[in-house]
Amino acid sequence: MGWYNKRLAKSLWVFHVSGSPCNNCDIEILDLLTPRYDIERLGIKLVGSVRHADVLLVTGVFNKKIAPKIKKIYEQAPKPIFVVAIGTCVSGGCCFKDSYNMVEKREEFIPIDMYVPGCPPKPEAMIEAVAKLVGVLNG
Amino acid sequence: MKANKIPIGPFHPLLEEAEYFELTVDGETVVDIDMEIGWMHRGHEYISEMKTFTQSIYLVERICGICSTSHPLACVHAIEDIDNIEIPLRARYIRTLVGELERIHSHLLWIGLAGHFIGYDTLWMWAWKYREPVLEMFEIISGNRNHYGMMRVGGVAKDVDPEKITELYKHLDMIDKKMVMVAKVVRDDPVLKSRLKGVGVLTHEAAVAYCAVGPTSRASGVPWDVRRDEPTDAYDLVDFEVIVLPNGDVYDKAVVRVLEIIESGKIIRQCLEKLKTVQGPIINNVKEISPGEGIGRYEAPRGEVFHYIRSDGTNRPIRHKVRAPSYVNIPTFTASCKGIPIADALITLASVDPCYCCTERSIKIIDQKHGHQQIDLLKSSREKTERIRREIHGN
Repeated sequence: MGWYNKRLAKSLWVFHVSGSPCNNCDIEILDLLTPRYDIERLGIKLVGSVRHADVLLVTGVFNKKIAPKIKKIYEQAPKPIFVVAIGTCVSGGCCFKDSYNMVEKREEFIPIDMYVPGCPPKPEAMIEAVAKLVGVLNG
Repeated sequence: MKANKIPIGPFHPLLEEAEYFELTVDGETVVDIDMEIGWMHRGHEYISEMKTFTQSIYLVERICGICSTSHPLACVHAIEDIDNIEIPLRARYIRTLVGELERIHSHLLWIGLAGHFIGYDTLWMWAWKYREPVLEMFEIISGNRNHYGMMRVGGVAKDVDPEKITELYKHLDMIDKKMVMVAKVVRDDPVLKSRLKGVGVLTHEAAVAYCAVGPTSRASGVPWDVRRDEPTDAYDLVDFEVIVLPNGDVYDKAVVRVLEIIESGKIIRQCLEKLKTVQGPIINNVKEISPGEGIGRYEAPRGEVFHYIRSDGTNRPIRHKVRAPSYVNIPTFTASCKGIPIADALITLASVDPCYCCTERSIKIIDQKHGHQQIDLLKSSREKTERIRREIHGN
Protein backbone atom coordinates (compact mmCIF):
# COMPACT_ATOMS: atom_id res chain seq x y z
CA MET A 1 0.00 0.00 0.00
CA GLY A 2 2.99 2.31 -0.44
CA TRP A 3 1.40 4.53 -3.07
CA TYR A 4 -1.79 4.76 -1.06
CA ASN A 5 -0.03 5.76 2.14
CA LYS A 6 1.96 8.43 0.35
CA ARG A 7 -1.24 10.05 -0.87
CA LEU A 8 -2.80 9.71 2.54
CA ALA A 9 0.15 11.50 4.12
CA LYS A 10 -0.54 14.68 2.14
CA SER A 11 -3.55 15.59 4.23
CA LEU A 12 -4.47 13.54 7.25
CA TRP A 13 -8.04 13.94 8.43
CA VAL A 14 -8.45 13.18 12.09
CA PHE A 15 -11.44 12.13 14.16
CA HIS A 16 -11.42 12.54 17.88
CA VAL A 17 -12.68 9.74 20.14
CA SER A 18 -12.95 10.44 23.84
CA GLY A 19 -13.06 7.34 26.00
CA SER A 20 -13.76 8.70 29.48
CA PRO A 21 -10.88 11.19 29.68
CA CYS A 22 -10.63 14.19 32.02
CA ASN A 23 -11.29 16.50 29.07
CA ASN A 24 -7.85 17.98 29.13
CA CYS A 25 -6.33 16.12 26.20
CA ASP A 26 -9.50 16.80 24.24
CA ILE A 27 -9.14 20.51 24.81
CA GLU A 28 -5.48 20.41 23.86
CA ILE A 29 -6.49 18.64 20.64
CA LEU A 30 -8.99 21.44 19.91
CA ASP A 31 -6.23 23.88 20.81
CA LEU A 32 -4.23 22.54 17.89
CA LEU A 33 -6.81 23.99 15.51
CA THR A 34 -6.72 27.49 16.95
CA PRO A 35 -4.41 30.31 15.80
CA ARG A 36 -1.41 29.62 18.04
CA TYR A 37 -0.72 26.14 16.63
CA ASP A 38 -3.02 26.13 13.59
CA ILE A 39 -2.49 22.56 12.51
CA GLU A 40 -4.69 23.01 9.42
CA ARG A 41 -1.76 24.60 7.65
CA LEU A 42 -0.20 21.11 7.64
CA GLY A 43 -3.25 19.69 5.89
CA ILE A 44 -4.62 18.15 9.08
CA LYS A 45 -8.30 18.66 9.62
CA LEU A 46 -10.66 17.61 12.38
CA VAL A 47 -13.67 15.92 10.78
CA GLY A 48 -17.13 15.27 12.15
CA SER A 49 -17.63 11.73 10.94
CA VAL A 50 -15.44 8.72 11.49
CA ARG A 51 -16.14 7.64 7.93
CA HIS A 52 -14.06 10.54 6.62
CA ALA A 53 -11.14 9.95 8.95
CA ASP A 54 -7.61 8.71 8.30
CA VAL A 55 -6.44 9.00 11.88
CA LEU A 56 -8.27 8.39 15.15
CA LEU A 57 -7.09 10.38 18.14
CA VAL A 58 -8.05 8.42 21.23
CA THR A 59 -7.99 9.90 24.73
CA GLY A 60 -8.82 8.63 28.19
CA VAL A 61 -8.96 5.40 30.13
CA PHE A 62 -11.81 3.36 28.69
CA ASN A 63 -14.52 2.59 31.17
CA LYS A 64 -16.70 -0.46 30.82
CA LYS A 65 -19.57 1.46 29.33
CA ILE A 66 -17.70 3.24 26.59
CA ALA A 67 -15.23 0.53 25.53
CA PRO A 68 -17.70 -1.40 23.30
CA LYS A 69 -18.68 1.89 21.62
CA ILE A 70 -15.04 2.64 20.87
CA LYS A 71 -14.69 -0.78 19.28
CA LYS A 72 -17.75 0.00 17.18
CA ILE A 73 -16.29 3.33 16.10
CA TYR A 74 -13.09 1.57 15.02
CA GLU A 75 -15.07 -0.98 13.06
CA GLN A 76 -16.99 1.78 11.28
CA ALA A 77 -13.84 3.59 10.21
CA PRO A 78 -12.59 3.02 6.66
CA LYS A 79 -9.32 1.10 6.54
CA PRO A 80 -6.41 1.77 6.56
CA ILE A 81 -6.81 3.87 9.67
CA PHE A 82 -4.14 4.88 12.15
CA VAL A 83 -4.83 5.17 15.85
CA VAL A 84 -2.87 7.67 17.91
CA ALA A 85 -3.29 7.43 21.68
CA ILE A 86 -3.12 10.89 23.26
CA GLY A 87 -2.21 11.16 26.93
CA THR A 88 -0.97 9.04 29.77
CA CYS A 89 -4.44 7.59 30.35
CA VAL A 90 -4.49 5.50 27.18
CA SER A 91 -0.81 4.68 27.45
CA GLY A 92 -0.66 3.54 31.05
CA GLY A 93 -3.93 4.12 32.85
CA CYS A 94 -2.69 7.18 34.77
CA CYS A 95 -4.06 7.17 38.33
CA PHE A 96 -7.22 5.32 37.34
CA LYS A 97 -5.80 1.86 36.89
CA ASP A 98 -7.07 0.75 40.33
CA SER A 99 -10.63 1.65 39.52
CA TYR A 100 -13.45 -0.89 39.32
CA ASN A 101 -14.90 0.57 36.17
CA MET A 102 -11.92 0.29 33.82
CA VAL A 103 -11.28 -2.26 31.11
CA GLU A 104 -8.12 -4.28 31.62
CA LYS A 105 -6.59 -4.10 28.16
CA ARG A 106 -7.41 -1.13 26.01
CA GLU A 107 -5.66 -2.70 23.02
CA GLU A 108 -8.35 -5.38 22.86
CA PHE A 109 -10.89 -2.77 21.85
CA ILE A 110 -8.79 -0.67 19.54
CA PRO A 111 -5.34 -1.46 18.11
CA ILE A 112 -3.09 1.49 18.88
CA ASP A 113 -0.29 2.47 16.49
CA MET A 114 1.30 5.33 18.35
CA TYR A 115 1.41 6.62 21.92
CA VAL A 116 1.85 10.25 22.97
CA PRO A 117 2.39 10.26 26.75
CA GLY A 118 1.90 13.32 28.95
CA CYS A 119 -0.81 14.60 31.24
CA PRO A 120 -1.81 16.31 29.03
CA PRO A 121 0.81 16.17 26.27
CA LYS A 122 1.86 19.59 25.06
CA PRO A 123 0.45 20.57 21.67
CA GLU A 124 3.99 20.53 20.31
CA ALA A 125 4.27 16.86 21.28
CA MET A 126 1.06 16.04 19.42
CA ILE A 127 2.24 17.88 16.32
CA GLU A 128 5.51 15.96 16.49
CA ALA A 129 3.61 12.68 16.72
CA VAL A 130 1.56 13.48 13.65
CA ALA A 131 4.67 14.62 11.79
CA LYS A 132 6.34 11.31 12.65
CA LEU A 133 3.27 9.49 11.38
CA VAL A 134 3.52 11.39 8.10
CA GLY A 135 7.18 10.39 7.91
CA VAL A 136 6.30 6.73 8.41
CA LEU A 137 3.57 6.90 5.77
CA ASN A 138 5.98 8.42 3.27
CA GLY A 139 8.23 5.45 3.87
CA MET B 1 -49.39 12.02 16.35
CA LYS B 2 -46.42 9.99 17.48
CA ALA B 3 -43.55 12.17 18.59
CA ASN B 4 -40.17 11.81 16.89
CA LYS B 5 -37.02 11.25 18.85
CA ILE B 6 -33.66 12.62 17.82
CA PRO B 7 -30.64 10.91 19.34
CA ILE B 8 -27.48 12.96 19.85
CA GLY B 9 -24.30 11.14 20.75
CA PRO B 10 -22.52 9.45 22.44
CA PHE B 11 -19.95 10.43 19.82
CA HIS B 12 -21.09 13.58 18.09
CA PRO B 13 -18.88 16.06 16.25
CA LEU B 14 -20.08 18.93 18.39
CA LEU B 15 -19.59 17.21 21.70
CA GLU B 16 -16.09 16.99 23.06
CA GLU B 17 -17.02 14.42 25.62
CA ALA B 18 -19.13 11.35 25.11
CA GLU B 19 -22.67 11.99 26.26
CA TYR B 20 -26.06 11.01 25.01
CA PHE B 21 -29.15 13.18 24.59
CA GLU B 22 -32.52 12.22 23.28
CA LEU B 23 -34.67 15.09 22.08
CA THR B 24 -38.36 14.39 21.64
CA VAL B 25 -39.61 16.73 18.95
CA ASP B 26 -42.98 17.71 17.56
CA GLY B 27 -42.26 19.19 14.16
CA GLU B 28 -39.58 21.79 14.82
CA THR B 29 -40.24 22.15 18.52
CA VAL B 30 -38.49 20.29 21.30
CA VAL B 31 -41.12 18.91 23.65
CA ASP B 32 -38.98 16.80 25.93
CA ILE B 33 -35.36 15.96 26.61
CA ASP B 34 -33.77 12.94 28.13
CA MET B 35 -30.14 12.23 28.75
CA GLU B 36 -27.93 9.36 29.69
CA ILE B 37 -24.68 9.81 31.54
CA GLY B 38 -22.06 7.43 32.83
CA TRP B 39 -19.78 7.39 29.80
CA MET B 40 -17.11 9.19 31.81
CA HIS B 41 -17.41 7.46 35.16
CA ARG B 42 -13.96 6.56 36.45
CA GLY B 43 -14.63 5.91 40.12
CA HIS B 44 -12.75 8.82 41.69
CA GLU B 45 -14.41 8.52 45.07
CA TYR B 46 -13.42 4.87 45.32
CA ILE B 47 -9.81 5.42 44.18
CA SER B 48 -9.47 8.36 46.56
CA GLU B 49 -10.14 6.09 49.51
CA MET B 50 -7.05 4.07 48.56
CA LYS B 51 -4.78 7.11 48.30
CA THR B 52 -3.21 9.29 50.96
CA PHE B 53 -4.48 12.83 51.47
CA THR B 54 -1.68 14.35 49.39
CA GLN B 55 -2.22 11.84 46.60
CA SER B 56 -5.96 12.40 46.55
CA ILE B 57 -5.35 16.08 45.72
CA TYR B 58 -3.56 14.97 42.56
CA LEU B 59 -6.37 12.56 41.86
CA VAL B 60 -9.20 15.07 42.14
CA GLU B 61 -7.23 17.37 39.88
CA ARG B 62 -7.85 14.80 37.19
CA ILE B 63 -11.62 14.79 37.66
CA CYS B 64 -11.81 17.50 35.04
CA GLY B 65 -9.16 19.13 32.95
CA ILE B 66 -10.83 22.52 32.95
CA CYS B 67 -11.58 22.77 36.67
CA SER B 68 -8.17 21.47 37.65
CA THR B 69 -7.81 24.12 40.37
CA SER B 70 -11.35 24.12 41.68
CA HIS B 71 -11.53 20.47 42.66
CA PRO B 72 -8.14 20.40 44.46
CA LEU B 73 -9.03 23.69 46.19
CA ALA B 74 -12.33 22.33 47.46
CA CYS B 75 -10.55 19.13 48.46
CA VAL B 76 -7.85 20.90 50.50
CA HIS B 77 -10.52 23.11 52.06
CA ALA B 78 -12.30 19.95 53.18
CA ILE B 79 -9.13 18.43 54.66
CA GLU B 80 -8.22 21.72 56.34
CA ASP B 81 -11.74 21.95 57.74
CA ILE B 82 -11.21 18.72 59.72
CA ASP B 83 -8.40 20.24 61.81
CA ASN B 84 -9.04 23.97 61.23
CA ILE B 85 -5.58 24.32 59.73
CA GLU B 86 -4.30 27.88 59.30
CA ILE B 87 -3.03 28.86 55.88
CA PRO B 88 -0.20 31.42 55.50
CA LEU B 89 -1.30 34.73 54.00
CA ARG B 90 1.02 34.46 51.00
CA ALA B 91 -0.37 31.02 50.16
CA ARG B 92 -3.89 32.41 50.32
CA TYR B 93 -3.08 35.03 47.71
CA ILE B 94 -1.38 32.47 45.45
CA ARG B 95 -4.41 30.18 45.68
CA THR B 96 -6.75 33.00 44.72
CA LEU B 97 -4.44 34.00 41.87
CA VAL B 98 -4.43 30.50 40.38
CA GLY B 99 -8.19 30.09 40.90
CA GLU B 100 -9.02 33.31 39.09
CA LEU B 101 -6.65 32.55 36.22
CA GLU B 102 -8.53 29.32 35.81
CA ARG B 103 -11.82 31.19 35.70
CA ILE B 104 -10.52 33.33 32.83
CA HIS B 105 -9.35 30.36 30.80
CA SER B 106 -12.52 28.37 31.42
CA HIS B 107 -14.85 31.23 30.48
CA LEU B 108 -12.82 32.03 27.37
CA LEU B 109 -13.02 28.39 26.40
CA TRP B 110 -16.79 28.49 26.78
CA ILE B 111 -17.18 31.69 24.77
CA GLY B 112 -15.14 30.14 21.99
CA LEU B 113 -17.14 26.92 21.98
CA ALA B 114 -20.44 28.81 22.11
CA GLY B 115 -19.34 30.77 19.05
CA HIS B 116 -18.42 27.50 17.35
CA PHE B 117 -21.81 25.97 18.17
CA ILE B 118 -23.75 28.80 16.56
CA GLY B 119 -21.49 28.80 13.53
CA TYR B 120 -19.51 31.90 14.47
CA ASP B 121 -16.05 30.41 14.13
CA THR B 122 -14.32 33.79 14.17
CA LEU B 123 -15.30 34.20 17.79
CA TRP B 124 -14.02 30.70 18.52
CA MET B 125 -10.60 31.41 17.02
CA TRP B 126 -10.42 34.79 18.73
CA ALA B 127 -11.36 33.60 22.17
CA TRP B 128 -8.96 30.66 22.00
CA LYS B 129 -6.18 32.85 20.69
CA TYR B 130 -6.41 35.02 23.79
CA ARG B 131 -6.71 31.94 25.99
CA GLU B 132 -3.15 30.97 25.11
CA PRO B 133 -1.48 33.78 27.13
CA VAL B 134 -3.50 32.62 30.16
CA LEU B 135 -2.11 29.12 29.74
CA GLU B 136 1.32 30.68 29.42
CA MET B 137 0.76 32.41 32.75
CA PHE B 138 -0.02 29.01 34.25
CA GLU B 139 3.18 27.70 32.73
CA ILE B 140 5.12 30.51 34.41
CA ILE B 141 3.49 29.88 37.79
CA SER B 142 3.35 26.10 37.92
CA GLY B 143 5.34 24.73 34.99
CA ASN B 144 2.41 23.09 33.24
CA ARG B 145 -0.30 24.38 30.93
CA ASN B 146 -3.04 22.33 32.57
CA HIS B 147 -3.08 20.23 35.73
CA TYR B 148 -1.03 22.60 37.82
CA GLY B 149 -0.43 20.57 40.96
CA MET B 150 -0.29 23.77 43.02
CA MET B 151 -2.51 22.87 45.96
CA ARG B 152 -1.27 21.27 49.16
CA VAL B 153 -2.90 20.76 52.55
CA GLY B 154 -1.94 23.90 54.48
CA GLY B 155 -0.65 25.97 51.57
CA VAL B 156 0.61 25.79 48.01
CA ALA B 157 3.41 23.86 46.33
CA LYS B 158 5.29 26.60 44.51
CA ASP B 159 6.06 30.20 45.29
CA VAL B 160 5.57 33.06 42.85
CA ASP B 161 8.95 34.81 42.63
CA PRO B 162 9.39 38.54 41.90
CA GLU B 163 10.71 37.72 38.38
CA LYS B 164 7.62 35.67 37.73
CA ILE B 165 5.44 38.58 38.89
CA THR B 166 6.91 40.96 36.29
CA GLU B 167 6.36 38.35 33.58
CA LEU B 168 2.79 37.79 34.76
CA TYR B 169 2.10 41.55 34.67
CA LYS B 170 3.19 41.69 31.04
CA HIS B 171 0.80 38.93 30.07
CA LEU B 172 -1.99 40.36 32.21
CA ASP B 173 -1.78 43.81 30.60
CA MET B 174 -2.20 42.23 27.20
CA ILE B 175 -5.08 39.99 28.27
CA ASP B 176 -6.93 42.82 30.02
CA LYS B 177 -6.91 44.95 26.89
CA LYS B 178 -8.15 42.09 24.74
CA MET B 179 -10.82 41.09 27.24
CA VAL B 180 -12.38 44.55 27.08
CA MET B 181 -12.53 44.02 23.33
CA VAL B 182 -14.10 40.55 23.64
CA ALA B 183 -16.64 41.93 26.11
CA LYS B 184 -17.51 44.65 23.61
CA VAL B 185 -17.89 42.07 20.83
CA VAL B 186 -20.18 39.85 22.86
CA ARG B 187 -22.35 42.74 24.05
CA ASP B 188 -22.53 44.78 20.83
CA ASP B 189 -22.36 42.26 18.01
CA PRO B 190 -25.76 42.34 16.24
CA VAL B 191 -25.48 38.72 15.05
CA LEU B 192 -24.78 37.36 18.50
CA LYS B 193 -27.48 39.53 20.02
CA SER B 194 -30.21 38.44 17.63
CA ARG B 195 -29.08 34.82 17.76
CA LEU B 196 -28.86 34.48 21.53
CA LYS B 197 -31.36 36.92 23.00
CA GLY B 198 -34.47 35.23 24.34
CA VAL B 199 -33.14 31.74 23.56
CA GLY B 200 -33.38 28.97 26.14
CA VAL B 201 -34.72 31.08 28.97
CA LEU B 202 -34.22 29.71 32.48
CA THR B 203 -36.55 31.73 34.65
CA HIS B 204 -35.67 32.88 38.15
CA GLU B 205 -38.21 30.45 39.66
CA ALA B 206 -36.83 27.52 37.66
CA ALA B 207 -33.24 28.40 38.59
CA VAL B 208 -34.22 28.37 42.26
CA ALA B 209 -36.28 25.19 41.91
CA TYR B 210 -33.47 23.30 40.17
CA CYS B 211 -30.86 24.71 42.61
CA ALA B 212 -28.79 25.96 39.69
CA VAL B 213 -25.39 27.36 40.63
CA GLY B 214 -22.71 29.55 39.15
CA PRO B 215 -23.11 31.71 36.05
CA THR B 216 -26.23 29.69 35.13
CA SER B 217 -28.07 30.93 38.20
CA ARG B 218 -26.48 34.39 38.26
CA ALA B 219 -27.78 35.00 34.73
CA SER B 220 -31.26 34.20 36.05
CA GLY B 221 -31.04 36.76 38.82
CA VAL B 222 -29.98 34.53 41.71
CA PRO B 223 -27.25 36.51 43.48
CA TRP B 224 -25.25 33.60 44.91
CA ASP B 225 -21.50 33.38 44.78
CA VAL B 226 -19.44 31.32 47.24
CA ARG B 227 -16.49 33.68 46.79
CA ARG B 228 -18.47 36.54 48.30
CA ASP B 229 -20.92 34.76 50.60
CA GLU B 230 -18.60 32.22 52.20
CA PRO B 231 -15.15 33.62 51.48
CA THR B 232 -12.16 31.33 51.66
CA ASP B 233 -8.52 31.99 50.82
CA ALA B 234 -7.98 35.65 49.97
CA TYR B 235 -11.46 36.43 48.65
CA ASP B 236 -12.36 38.49 51.72
CA LEU B 237 -9.22 40.57 51.20
CA VAL B 238 -9.85 41.60 47.59
CA ASP B 239 -12.52 43.76 45.97
CA PHE B 240 -14.70 42.37 43.23
CA GLU B 241 -18.26 42.50 42.05
CA VAL B 242 -20.64 39.59 41.63
CA ILE B 243 -22.25 39.88 38.20
CA VAL B 244 -26.00 39.22 38.27
CA LEU B 245 -28.29 39.65 35.27
CA PRO B 246 -32.06 39.20 35.23
CA ASN B 247 -33.18 37.54 31.96
CA GLY B 248 -31.84 33.99 32.12
CA ASP B 249 -31.38 33.53 28.38
CA VAL B 250 -28.22 32.33 26.65
CA TYR B 251 -27.21 35.90 25.90
CA ASP B 252 -27.23 36.83 29.57
CA LYS B 253 -25.21 33.74 30.42
CA ALA B 254 -22.60 34.80 27.89
CA VAL B 255 -22.52 38.37 29.21
CA VAL B 256 -22.20 37.17 32.82
CA ARG B 257 -19.17 35.15 31.80
CA VAL B 258 -17.38 37.93 29.91
CA LEU B 259 -17.98 40.38 32.74
CA GLU B 260 -16.67 37.80 35.21
CA ILE B 261 -13.50 37.56 33.17
CA ILE B 262 -12.94 41.28 33.65
CA GLU B 263 -13.64 40.99 37.38
CA SER B 264 -11.17 38.10 37.58
CA GLY B 265 -8.56 40.29 35.92
CA LYS B 266 -9.08 42.86 38.70
CA ILE B 267 -8.69 40.19 41.40
CA ILE B 268 -5.49 38.89 39.80
CA ARG B 269 -4.07 42.41 39.73
CA GLN B 270 -4.79 42.89 43.44
CA CYS B 271 -3.24 39.51 44.26
CA LEU B 272 -0.07 40.26 42.30
CA GLU B 273 0.18 43.64 44.01
CA LYS B 274 -0.09 41.99 47.43
CA LEU B 275 2.39 39.25 46.53
CA LYS B 276 5.03 41.95 46.04
CA THR B 277 4.76 43.03 49.67
CA VAL B 278 3.38 40.07 51.65
CA GLN B 279 6.27 37.81 52.59
CA GLY B 280 6.40 34.64 54.63
CA PRO B 281 6.03 30.90 54.26
CA ILE B 282 3.83 29.40 51.56
CA ILE B 283 2.95 26.21 53.35
CA ASN B 284 2.04 25.29 56.89
CA ASN B 285 3.47 21.83 57.47
CA VAL B 286 0.73 19.44 58.51
CA LYS B 287 1.93 16.25 60.12
CA GLU B 288 -1.31 14.37 60.59
CA ILE B 289 -5.03 14.69 60.17
CA SER B 290 -7.13 13.85 63.20
CA PRO B 291 -10.36 11.83 62.97
CA GLY B 292 -13.36 13.82 61.88
CA GLU B 293 -15.14 15.13 58.86
CA GLY B 294 -14.86 18.29 56.86
CA ILE B 295 -16.46 20.04 53.93
CA GLY B 296 -14.85 22.24 51.34
CA ARG B 297 -16.51 24.66 48.95
CA TYR B 298 -15.21 26.74 46.16
CA GLU B 299 -16.79 28.76 43.37
CA ALA B 300 -15.55 26.92 40.29
CA PRO B 301 -16.01 28.62 36.90
CA ARG B 302 -19.21 26.59 36.48
CA GLY B 303 -20.57 27.09 39.98
CA GLU B 304 -20.17 25.83 43.48
CA VAL B 305 -18.08 22.68 43.87
CA PHE B 306 -18.44 20.75 47.08
CA HIS B 307 -16.15 18.14 48.62
CA TYR B 308 -16.78 16.09 51.75
CA ILE B 309 -13.99 14.13 53.42
CA ARG B 310 -14.11 11.88 56.45
CA SER B 311 -10.91 10.85 58.18
CA ASP B 312 -10.34 8.15 60.78
CA GLY B 313 -6.96 9.43 61.93
CA THR B 314 -4.91 7.46 59.40
CA ASN B 315 -3.20 9.04 56.42
CA ARG B 316 -6.02 8.41 53.98
CA PRO B 317 -9.67 9.45 53.75
CA ILE B 318 -12.25 6.78 54.47
CA ARG B 319 -14.95 8.64 52.55
CA HIS B 320 -14.60 11.23 49.86
CA LYS B 321 -17.68 12.71 48.26
CA VAL B 322 -17.61 15.09 45.32
CA ARG B 323 -20.47 17.22 44.09
CA ALA B 324 -19.66 19.12 40.94
CA PRO B 325 -21.61 22.18 39.72
CA SER B 326 -22.72 20.56 36.46
CA TYR B 327 -24.54 17.93 38.49
CA VAL B 328 -27.23 20.47 39.38
CA ASN B 329 -26.93 22.60 36.25
CA ILE B 330 -27.52 19.82 33.73
CA PRO B 331 -31.10 19.02 34.87
CA THR B 332 -32.07 22.63 34.11
CA PHE B 333 -32.20 21.53 30.46
CA THR B 334 -35.64 20.15 31.12
CA ALA B 335 -36.79 23.66 32.05
CA SER B 336 -34.90 25.64 29.44
CA CYS B 337 -35.13 23.34 26.41
CA LYS B 338 -38.87 22.72 26.29
CA GLY B 339 -40.69 24.62 23.58
CA ILE B 340 -37.65 25.90 21.71
CA PRO B 341 -36.78 25.06 18.07
CA ILE B 342 -34.29 22.27 17.41
CA ALA B 343 -31.80 24.77 16.00
CA ASP B 344 -31.61 26.49 19.37
CA ALA B 345 -31.37 23.27 21.36
CA LEU B 346 -27.63 22.82 21.03
CA ILE B 347 -26.63 26.29 22.19
CA THR B 348 -29.06 25.94 25.09
CA LEU B 349 -27.45 22.62 26.02
CA ALA B 350 -24.06 24.28 25.84
CA SER B 351 -25.14 27.41 27.69
CA VAL B 352 -24.72 25.99 31.19
CA ASP B 353 -21.13 25.02 30.26
CA PRO B 354 -21.80 21.41 31.15
CA CYS B 355 -18.85 19.31 32.21
CA TYR B 356 -19.68 15.64 32.11
CA CYS B 357 -16.32 14.54 33.50
CA CYS B 358 -17.11 16.47 36.68
CA THR B 359 -20.67 15.23 36.87
CA GLU B 360 -20.34 11.53 36.48
CA ARG B 361 -19.97 10.21 39.96
CA SER B 362 -22.36 7.30 39.47
CA ILE B 363 -23.08 4.49 37.07
CA LYS B 364 -26.36 3.02 36.04
CA ILE B 365 -27.18 -0.45 37.29
CA ILE B 366 -28.72 -2.67 34.65
CA ASP B 367 -30.66 -5.80 35.50
CA GLN B 368 -29.36 -8.30 32.95
CA LYS B 369 -32.29 -10.67 33.30
CA HIS B 370 -34.81 -8.01 32.41
CA GLY B 371 -32.76 -6.16 29.85
CA HIS B 372 -32.13 -2.45 29.71
CA GLN B 373 -33.84 -1.32 32.83
CA GLN B 374 -32.83 0.81 35.72
CA ILE B 375 -33.40 -0.45 39.22
CA ASP B 376 -34.53 2.13 41.68
CA LEU B 377 -32.04 1.51 44.45
CA LEU B 378 -33.98 3.35 47.13
CA LYS B 379 -37.21 1.59 46.24
CA SER B 380 -35.65 -1.87 46.15
CA SER B 381 -33.88 -1.18 49.45
CA ARG B 382 -37.15 -0.15 51.10
CA GLU B 383 -38.93 -3.18 49.69
CA LYS B 384 -36.27 -5.46 51.07
CA THR B 385 -36.58 -3.89 54.52
CA GLU B 386 -40.32 -4.31 54.33
CA ARG B 387 -39.92 -7.96 53.30
CA ILE B 388 -37.53 -8.68 56.16
CA ARG B 389 -39.80 -6.89 58.60
CA ARG B 390 -42.70 -9.07 57.53
CA GLU B 391 -40.58 -12.21 57.85
CA ILE B 392 -39.55 -11.29 61.35
CA HIS B 393 -42.75 -9.87 62.73
CA GLY B 394 -45.22 -11.66 60.50
CA ASN B 395 -47.63 -9.56 58.47
